Amino acid sequence: MDSAPNIADHYPVIETKGLSVSFGGHLAVSDVSCCFEEGTLTAIVGPNGAGKTTYFNLISGQLKSTSGQVFLNGEEITQYPVARRAQCGIGRAFQLTNLFPELSVQENIRLAVQSMAKTRDSFLTLWSSHKDLIVKADHFLELAGLEQYAKANASTLSHGNQRKLEVAILMALEPRVYMFDEPTAGMSVDEVPIVLDLIKRVKSEGNKTILLVEHKLDVIRSLADRIVVLNNGEVVADGDPTTVMASDIVREAYLGRARQDRVGTAK
Amino acid sequence: MISSLLSEDLPRSRIVAFTLILLLMAMLAAPVAIGGLTIMSVFVKIAIFVVLVGSFDLLLGYTGMISFAHTMYFGIGAYGTGIALKSMGASWEAIAIGFLAGAFLSFVIAVAVGLFSMRTKTIFFAMITLAVANAFAVLVNQFYTITGGHDGLIFQIPRVLKPAFVIIPRDVFGVPINGTTLSYYAILLICGLLFLLMLRIVNSPFGRVLQAIRENELRAEALGFNVLRHRVVVSCIAAVLACVAGALNALWLRFVGPEVTLDLQVMLDVLLIVVIGGMGTLYGAIIGAGVFVFAETYLQGAIAYIAPMIAEVPVVSVVIHPDRWVFWLGILFVVSVYYFPEGIVGRLRNRAAELANIKK
Repeated sequence: MDSAPNIADHYPVIETKGLSVSFGGHLAVSDVSCCFEEGTLTAIVGPNGAGKTTYFNLISGQLKSTSGQVFLNGEEITQYPVARRAQCGIGRAFQLTNLFPELSVQENIRLAVQSMAKTRDSFLTLWSSHKDLIVKADHFLELAGLEQYAKANASTLSHGNQRKLEVAILMALEPRVYMFDEPTAGMSVDEVPIVLDLIKRVKSEGNKTILLVEHKLDVIRSLADRIVVLNNGEVVADGDPTTVMASDIVREAYLGRARQDRVGTAK
Repeated sequence: MISSLLSEDLPRSRIVAFTLILLLMAMLAAPVAIGGLTIMSVFVKIAIFVVLVGSFDLLLGYTGMISFAHTMYFGIGAYGTGIALKSMGASWEAIAIGFLAGAFLSFVIAVAVGLFSMRTKTIFFAMITLAVANAFAVLVNQFYTITGGHDGLIFQIPRVLKPAFVIIPRDVFGVPINGTTLSYYAILLICGLLFLLMLRIVNSPFGRVLQAIRENELRAEALGFNVLRHRVVVSCIAAVLACVAGALNALWLRFVGPEVTLDLQVMLDVLLIVVIGGMGTLYGAIIGAGVFVFAETYLQGAIAYIAPMIAEVPVVSVVIHPDRWVFWLGILFVVSVYYFPEGIVGRLRNRAAELANIKK
């Protein structure tokens, strides 16, 4: 690997090369080569079963690829386990809410802060003596608008609030790469803007790489710099939102013929 | 002061706090106020069980790991100390060497078992620990020239810890203060300190991660915590703590044998105490051990006391019979597990929290 820093700067933050995974002969993700640059928000779209979440799992490490490579800033991370990738700066929020149910909301976030702090493995100090971690956790708690539930167990939150907590945990990791998997799924209409504001906030920092799996077209339009369309595990379109959304291949693949009329109303 | 000593993890229930204070005072006063080996043995057994069960709870209640090898580490500590005292004679060096060798062996086995089996599913880890514990018990039996086999080992301990070492003669308090009293307080002190250490561990950043792993292993991993390493580290800590408990047990009994250390029965007792006291609450180890040891010691006596009164009643006299005390112990456990699935301490804490909510 070239050590000259000015060259290293040219590496995309995340790059997948020929990434494939198959389950019992079925290719769930097939030969996906994509680069994601710093400061951009890429929406990954496609019909159900297109391999979006699987592709996410390959990047954040929950799944091992059958073939192909994953790079983070030019460094190959294909063999890194999940925890190491997280420590390298790949943060992930999950489609199915994935919390610590019997721990408090604050603790859910504080653990994320702790994971990225140097004191994370201390076992003779009191957790509460690390005030800086708590202060930071409370900050993200407030950003997500969950401060009134700080002491409640995560399992007692409403679905919408659990989704917010899911996003808040990701934000508390302060990663370089944010991976949101349908962050607004199942949320009520008035809760969606809170999550979108959080994503916009990350985006406005300018130096983060954001990957977003999302179904809501209006959300994609308002946030995405680029759209990658997956269908049957393959990239079928890739480009700026207006072009991609207008292309026939997308209408056919992503939206499906039967859903054409619904596109009309969304527009 | 007390709060930081307890790592800010207070009993959170008046009944629990009151019971703990009562138990502690009884433990401290017993040798002088009551006297006699029986009551001291009961309290020592409780204290040792607190360490053994508490360290097991680090695995089961806090990390969500089921290990059946915990009494093996208990046995390693006991046998290490016992064999060293037997072969080197009753000296402090023998205790130190025996214990340290045991602790080292426990540590190594815990790392090996952890690395070999923890990548896999919980149930597989449980089965591996069961197999290792069983193999160890068989080995102890096979090497009877060193371990004494089924019969175990009887050995001498340093003079200072023996009843013959009189500190204050019998005629002052009416009870003798001797080497046994000294070892009683020493064991209590060590167990107390180890309990505080465990409280600190579960309330440290490390301990918080253990609970996160228990709650959702995959999410803990996704947050960047090395789950495997945390599990291996906590099983080493638990193994060494169990080893200390074993060494203390050997010193108190001046005997080691498979039945008091390695037997599956001891493992079941530990499991029962954790469940009765409340998983994931270290105070549960104290309350559970207290209830268990008292029931075990005095239930037979209590039934023997009732039995003559109902000797004429046909069926009842057969069921309520001193020989049937194990049956009643079993009933007691089934009932307590059925009605308090969260354990005594868990239940009392929840109740206290509810009451506090109502007051608001």
